[in-house]
Amino acid sequence: MTDVAPAPFRNEKALRRLKKRRAADARFRLYGLSAIAFALLALSVLVASIGFQAISAATYHKVGFDVVLDPAVIAPKGKDTPADISRNVDGFYALIRSNLQGTFPEAAEDRMATRQLGDLVTRLAVLPTAKWVSENPTQIGQAATIKVPLSDDLDLYLKGAVSKEFRLRLGDISAVTEAAPRQVRLTGDGAFKALQSLIAVQRQEVGDAVDARSILISAGSTTGRIMSLDADAAEVTLLTGSATDFSNVRPTARMIELPETERNVSDLQIAWTLALKDKGRVSRVPHTSLLTHTDSTYPELAGALAAIVGSLLTMMVTAFIAIPIGIFASVYLEEFAPRNRLTEIIEVNINNLAAVPSIVFGLLGAAVFLGFFGLPRSAPLVGGLVLALLTLPTIIIASRAALKSVPPSIRAAALAVGASKMQSVFHHVLPVAGPGIFTGAILGMARALGETAPLLLIGMVAFVADVPVGPTDEATALPVLIYSWSTNAERAWEPMTAAVIVILLMFLITMNGIVVLLRRRFERRW
Amino acid sequence: MVQQLGHLPMGWLMLALLAMLASGAFFVGRVQAARFSGPGSARVHSRPNYHGYYVAMWTFVPAMVVALGYGLFGDGLVRSMLSSELPANFQDMPRVELDVYLNSIARAAFHHGYSGADRVFSAITNRFLELQGLIKASTIVLALVCAATGFLLARRRVAPGFRARNRVEGGIEIFLFLCAAIAIATTIGIVASLLYESLRFFAEIPFWDFLFGTRWNAQTSAEFGALPLFFGTFMIALIAMLIAAPVGLFAAIYLSEYAGPKVRGWVKPILEILAGIPTVVYGFFALLVVAPAIRSVAIWINTTLISTGLASEPLLAAQPTSALAAGLVMGIMVIPFVSSLSDDVINAVPQTLRDAAYAMGATKSETVKHVVLPAALPGIIASLLLAVSRAIGETMIVVMAAGQRARISADPTADLTTITVQIVALLTGETEFDSPKTLSAFALGLVLFVVTLFFNLIALRVVQKYREKYD
Amino acid sequence: METTMTESRDVSAAGITMDETQGLTFPRIECKNIDVFYGDKQAIFDISLPIPDRSVTALIGPSGCGKSTFLRCLNRMNDTIESCKVTGEIIMDGENINDPDIDPVLLRSRVGMVFQKPNPFPKSIYDNIAYGPRIHGLAASREDLDAIVEKSLRRAGLWDEVKDRLTSPGNSLSGGQQQRLCIARAIAVRPEVILMDEPCSALDPVATARIEELIDELRKRYCIVIVTHSMQQAARVSQRTAFFHLGELVEMGETDQIFTNPRERRTEDYITGRFG
Repeated sequence: MTDVAPAPFRNEKALRRLKKRRAADARFRLYGLSAIAFALLALSVLVASIGFQAISAATYHKVGFDVVLDPAVIAPKGKDTPADISRNVDGFYALIRSNLQGTFPEAAEDRMATRQLGDLVTRLAVLPTAKWVSENPTQIGQAATIKVPLSDDLDLYLKGAVSKEFRLRLGDISAVTEAAPRQVRLTGDGAFKALQSLIAVQRQEVGDAVDARSILISAGSTTGRIMSLDADAAEVTLLTGSATDFSNVRPTARMIELPETERNVSDLQIAWTLALKDKGRVSRVPHTSLLTHTDSTYPELAGALAAIVGSLLTMMVTAFIAIPIGIFASVYLEEFAPRNRLTEIIEVNINNLAAVPSIVFGLLGAAVFLGFFGLPRSAPLVGGLVLALLTLPTIIIASRAALKSVPPSIRAAALAVGASKMQSVFHHVLPVAGPGIFTGAILGMARALGETAPLLLIGMVAFVADVPVGPTDEATALPVLIYSWSTNAERAWEPMTAAVIVILLMFLITMNGIVVLLRRRFERRW
Repeated sequence: MVQQLGHLPMGWLMLALLAMLASGAFFVGRVQAARFSGPGSARVHSRPNYHGYYVAMWTFVPAMVVALGYGLFGDGLVRSMLSSELPANFQDMPRVELDVYLNSIARAAFHHGYSGADRVFSAITNRFLELQGLIKASTIVLALVCAATGFLLARRRVAPGFRARNRVEGGIEIFLFLCAAIAIATTIGIVASLLYESLRFFAEIPFWDFLFGTRWNAQTSAEFGALPLFFGTFMIALIAMLIAAPVGLFAAIYLSEYAGPKVRGWVKPILEILAGIPTVVYGFFALLVVAPAIRSVAIWINTTLISTGLASEPLLAAQPTSALAAGLVMGIMVIPFVSSLSDDVINAVPQTLRDAAYAMGATKSETVKHVVLPAALPGIIASLLLAVSRAIGETMIVVMAAGQRARISADPTADLTTITVQIVALLTGETEFDSPKTLSAFALGLVLFVVTLFFNLIALRVVQKYREKYD
Repeated sequence: METTMTESRDVSAAGITMDETQGLTFPRIECKNIDVFYGDKQAIFDISLPIPDRSVTALIGPSGCGKSTFLRCLNRMNDTIESCKVTGEIIMDGENINDPDIDPVLLRSRVGMVFQKPNPFPKSIYDNIAYGPRIHGLAASREDLDAIVEKSLRRAGLWDEVKDRLTSPGNSLSGGQQQRLCIARAIAVRPEVILMDEPCSALDPVATARIEELIDELRKRYCIVIVTHSMQQAARVSQRTAFFHLGELVEMGETDQIFTNPRERRTEDYITGRFG
């Protein structure tokens, strides 16, 4: 080993080695960057997928029905009190059904079609109308336009969520010949050429599966299903409307990728919906019922109102218990507690409780509040109690941090003017720590608002059709509603669930926004 | 008359009564003290208000204790009194049925919900109301007596030399202590309820059968071998940590060692958003996006393997819900738990150590790997332990995306079930207490509590030691 | 190596004197017009300073005068501070080490540094010393490494105290021992220059005395630059002294001359304790 071996900066060996080390350095940095990229990507995929779904639930389709509110149907003798009318689902639904049957007489031909026609609108969808009429009895006997939500599957179809669909404009139809009732032959020079080539392309992709696909052809309110075709002519089975609509127009063809047997909406229902849309009776409106309706087994009728109120009630109970107790406990631990074994145990205990899985608190609630004290199941009172115990450690820890950040000089100043310890704490220290404590409390509440598991265990997962008014009523909460909706099988629940998630996140964002504002406003360095 | 008393709304009544008693007592105490503490009199220890508070305290607290006692035990007392009076054929009923019966009695009594023609039922309802009235009336009387005693005793002490403020402050301090002690009460409540119900469970099912049994079928047949649940929990937590540990750690390293203040200022809060998203939202994400994606990838792998002749039958289970889906999403959820605590401990490593390494010609990554990370290791381990505990106790993601089938399978695309999933499954829906099925949920809860407590205690210990070292 | 400083000549307007009779004529490091900025604030103003080999140069001055900042320019430790910008030339072996082309990692393997507070790595004594040779690939074998560790510890005068407990953690040593460990750690990389930033400020007088002895020993092999706030220490250990004030180099010269016969009024005021 030689001392002070001159190792010039451009020594080749050293530089080679350095290059390797620098490469390792760059790799390491890259790992860090990709870790952050992964986390950000995961977050954005999550937000995007939920946001995408939620946007599709932000609007929905309603159908308008021009009906006469016939007293014989909606308020027959003996059942004509406002309470009766508001519950008369059958009567109001009968108005809608007869209107539909009048619009589409072909549905009367077989029972299957009649049922399918009825399925365009859910029976219970008329309840808001019934309620409105019962509150405005002068409307009885008058003509009125009732707007009710379209059944969820057709709503999804119109939003393009049922199946991929190829849509193309065909050539001019020159002749329409009716071979048999509802069997039509459409001819036009090269009118079907484009459709033919689409089928050919698709056949190359998926093979003969293309034959199972429905091809619908529509002009105006008329829609038929193409049974066979060549370049210049097609045999069409008319689903709804009249064949004359096809003459001398360029009809639209739709090839629906999912075969009829694999979807919840039939070709006939699609034809009717398209006809209603063509007649201007279908409108896409903001989905306000999501905020004004309570839970339902039909997605198009369901809303989150009961869950929102349930969450608010639960949060009220939690806030009333956890915030004061949390503040008092932290004041005791930070300002008064003697340094002894008991205090130490309490501190370790609080830190541990903060990391106990939330479901364990649910078990505690089920065993103690429901089992031992016999409090009612599914009640915001119990939910609030459990969540209060759950958030208490969080609030205590945050409040203690806030109290700790108050400089001792303030305490000394208060004591020096003759205030007692208690007075110095409550008159001087606590107000200074106030914003910090408040932010901790809000963060605790935000955590409680998103909790699901403990609420499941104390039975807040029940189907709740009425808006709860008190803390002992049966209720559910927003996160629980998200859980129960997401377990429903029907496709239409997915966007609905996403929409409720957005509502929940709105609440959370608001709460966190308040925290950020408070921190900006009151941030103080001593 | 007594039956009418049974309808008293005790909550509001007691609240009003307590408020009235307290404010009245305050007023009396204050007036009494004001007499001797005029502007000229200097030898008074406490200001009149404190004398008022003192008297109010001694009036309010005894009455409050009575009210709390009623709130906690009043209903149970009425029920046990009633059931002891019931005819013999009721005495023989199983407890669950009796509870249901008493519930309907209570509903009939208070909500006029059921007014059947059953004579026995209405007789019992009347007796129930009578007992309610009796208890409520005696509660009110007792509360008043206690308040009056406290009031009189306290009033006698109001005197110029009496240190009312110190007494009041002492009282407040006790109250503050009680608030802090609620944390302990919660822990005791958790441990007691889990132990109590678990012991009842183990009275029926042998402990070792539960711990090491390999067949779990609590819902349909009574098979309570929890090993598959432990396996599922472990497997999903493992997958989660395989994602969260490297990502969280490297993110923390990048943020604390490489990123400029601007990047840090943006990325750190965004990472914390991940921690603020409710777990049910993650569950929905797993169910909606991740599980189907994993399933289709698994199916693609299966078909490719078969078509290339590497396998003769599907290799992966490719279930609609899978351990991988749940673990992956849980890993994303846990990232911020690893990164933010690791970031804290890495930042707590003194700059002088970094300087020492740089001054010797170490590159940044060498400094991090050889100096910063070893120095921060205890804290990093603690953050990983806390994250593991979080993953084990996490419920909603696995409930929604892991599945219900209890089995031991190393295939990550198969559905597995976990401790928390089974607790939820056992305790939601129609549950009756006392059946081994329900009790097994508490036994699972006990295992969960003990395991997470173990991780938490070690982690918190390590963090504390670490803080002491560098603060 | 004893240096006799007889003839001197002025090399700059700041009154820097250079010894011509010894090998010191060629400064180990030659700083030219160094400016240092923290963001918009200038911390060091146009400092030019030659640093001779195999001797101790002390930088003195009141706190905040920029002596530490200047020291950290010499191995580019200021690179680790984001807002810090250094301009000017620092010539070592004919290369401007302030050139972005020069990798600070290589530079620092030749210019070692010892800090104010002893900062051993949280590793064993052995690993503390072996760390530098390992990352720079100075040892071909385990025996080589052992030899380097022993030699470095011997030079730092620590070998006899720790040879039996090389595996115990570095921070189990006393403060003075820790600082000598840090010096040994710096030596192990075979530097040519050792920078010391107030190396004794956290030590008791006895430990300080040992370090000072060590410095005197080390100057036979290395070029040493030491920042100190203690004028007595500067007088004891250094051959040359530079006095900094408010980011400027006020005066530079042989230590004897600076302390007995300062040319500048400000130097005299500082040395006689009128400010500082």
